[in-house]
Amino acid sequence: MEVPILKQGPYLIASIQSALSDADLVQLRDKLVEQVGRLRSRGVIVDVTALDVMDSFATRTLRDITFMIRLRGAETVIVGIQPDVAFTMVQLGLKLEGVPTALDLEEGIAFLSKKDSSPAKEASPSGR
Amino acid sequence: MAQDIRETRDTRTTFGPAHQMTAPTAELLRQLVAHLRQNRTQLREEWARRITEAKLLTAMTKEEIFAEATSVYDNYVEALETGTFEALQAYARNLSERIIPRGVETHEVVGIVLLLRDVLARSLFAKYQNDFALLNRILDAYEPAANRIANTVAVGFVQERERVIREQQEAIRVLSTPVLQVRERLLILPIIGVIDPQRARQLTEQLLRGIRTNRAKVVVIDITGVPVMDANVANNLVQTVEATRLLGATVIITGLSPEIAQTLVTIGVDLGKMNTVGDLQGGIEEAERLLGYKVVTFAESSPDHARQ
Amino acid sequence: MDAERNPFGAAASADPAAGNGRDRVLEEIAVRIDGDTDIVSARQKGRVLAATLGFSSSELTLIATAISELARNIVLYAKQGEIVLRVLERGDQRGVMVRAHDQGPGIPDIRRALQGGFSTSRSLGLGLPGVRRLMDEFEIESRIGQGTTVTARKWKR
Ligand SMILES: Nc1ncnc2c1ncn2[C@@H]1O[C@H](COP(=O)(O)OP(=O)(O)O)[C@@H](O)[C@H]1O
Ligand SMILES: [Mg+2]
Repeated sequence: MEVPILKQGPYLIASIQSALSDADLVQLRDKLVEQVGRLRSRGVIVDVTALDVMDSFATRTLRDITFMIRLRGAETVIVGIQPDVAFTMVQLGLKLEGVPTALDLEEGIAFLSKKDSSPAKEASPSGR
Repeated sequence: MAQDIRETRDTRTTFGPAHQMTAPTAELLRQLVAHLRQNRTQLREEWARRITEAKLLTAMTKEEIFAEATSVYDNYVEALETGTFEALQAYARNLSERIIPRGVETHEVVGIVLLLRDVLARSLFAKYQNDFALLNRILDAYEPAANRIANTVAVGFVQERERVIREQQEAIRVLSTPVLQVRERLLILPIIGVIDPQRARQLTEQLLRGIRTNRAKVVVIDITGVPVMDANVANNLVQTVEATRLLGATVIITGLSPEIAQTLVTIGVDLGKMNTVGDLQGGIEEAERLLGYKVVTFAESSPDHARQ
Repeated sequence: MDAERNPFGAAASADPAAGNGRDRVLEEIAVRIDGDTDIVSARQKGRVLAATLGFSSSELTLIATAISELARNIVLYAKQGEIVLRVLERGDQRGVMVRAHDQGPGIPDIRRALQGGFSTSRSLGLGLPGVRRLMDEFEIESRIGQGTTVTARKWKR
């Protein structure tokens, strides 16, 4: 199941449509990293609304995506984590530390544009 | 669990089940039942009158008492006849369900059943007073059955009452932790009372759903009303904060007592990361600042990051 | 494979497969695990099965996530194996059992693997301790060179 990646202005939006296998997740990671470089995107939104399970592998991959993209000078935000999923993640000890999160796509875009407009030194360590 | 209790209670009756009765006892019971059927109208009325006299079931009207008395009477006679209590039990539960919300107390229910036992015994006495030996045997047959019936009805009532109380407690629990939206995108969760792991779980689920449905960005969890918190629950609180962040919202904790703060530190929580504010008012102000509302300022505060 | 049961959950003898039928099996599904797409189907089947018992949606997510972790360990460390999902009855309780079984290399130090943060795949090491936390009962047996069986149960409250 390939995840479609849309370019929206300076941002890339990956909206996951259904459950993903590990290979799908890794492929998503590689595609995003590649496209951010090629398209010089300033931010990436990964929409996980459709995911009914986020286990340790999915969580680690989302973290990897965020950090690899940060190394390329762009910011990532994960949007749409479901309440039940969040509840399970924290019980597993999966906190996504250092990874910004937002409620939904709209909030994710708001977050990225806020980041964009504030001077670099002020780009705070959101999500720690 | 509840079922265990029920089983213990059912076997607590001191009188043997009907099938252990000797044949003559069964014959006596048959006579008895016939007598109660023949005098149904009069005995029923007598019973209802005595209930009113004894000031039982005051929450119910005369007509209601008479209607219930009729059903109980018929079920009672049937239990005597068949020696099976299922129908009576079901009726007792159903009756309890209807009268408990009206404030009928346990002693009233026990009282009316004992009254019926008494009314019937008196009528047996009147009928057989000329044959003392027979009267004694009839009463011997009647007593254990009557006691068992009284027991069944009373236990049914008590169980139903316990169930209702449990339900009410559950409802109060849910009500006592409302997720309030004070303004757009801002939720307040005032927690009052002791939190156990089950309540912590409910709270978290409630809050997380509330965040999504209200599209909240900031949540103030006020724990001023939480007297104590053990390490387990403190852990749950930390998980709630983390889960909230995963949804994209920020938590501000207010009303953290020094004791609870100490517990959090002991389990290894970095309070510096926790976003705590002294009291609820301060917490709401901080929340509004995070949301970009202006709070009593002279100097323009810098456009702050909405996230910590 | 019945040596070295770990003392986690006293339910070891309750397993009907172990000869003592304290739990009644009402339904059973087995899912072969040969690759990463099987992880997804195992957890989806587990969710559907648990849903028939009326678990809440957050409990269903917990169960599905636990299955996901166990199935992934099979793929990662043993390459192949099986996930068995059961609907159980014990007394007046009902619940689901998840059993992950493989004939892979086994786990040399179970205690360490359960501590959390320990991983031989430079991963998070939260799978096994996490499953243990998410479920009500948890047992693991493993023999070096022979394989690993992890059994976890969650009861309907
Ligand atoms: N089925 C298995 N077979 C062999 N080793 C396993 C198996 N499951 C887990 N392990 C070992 O236990 C360790 C901890 O597992 P786990 O808690 O799932 O964390 P992770 O998979 O992230 O490393 C693994 O790194 C691995 O060494
Ligand atoms: Mg693992």
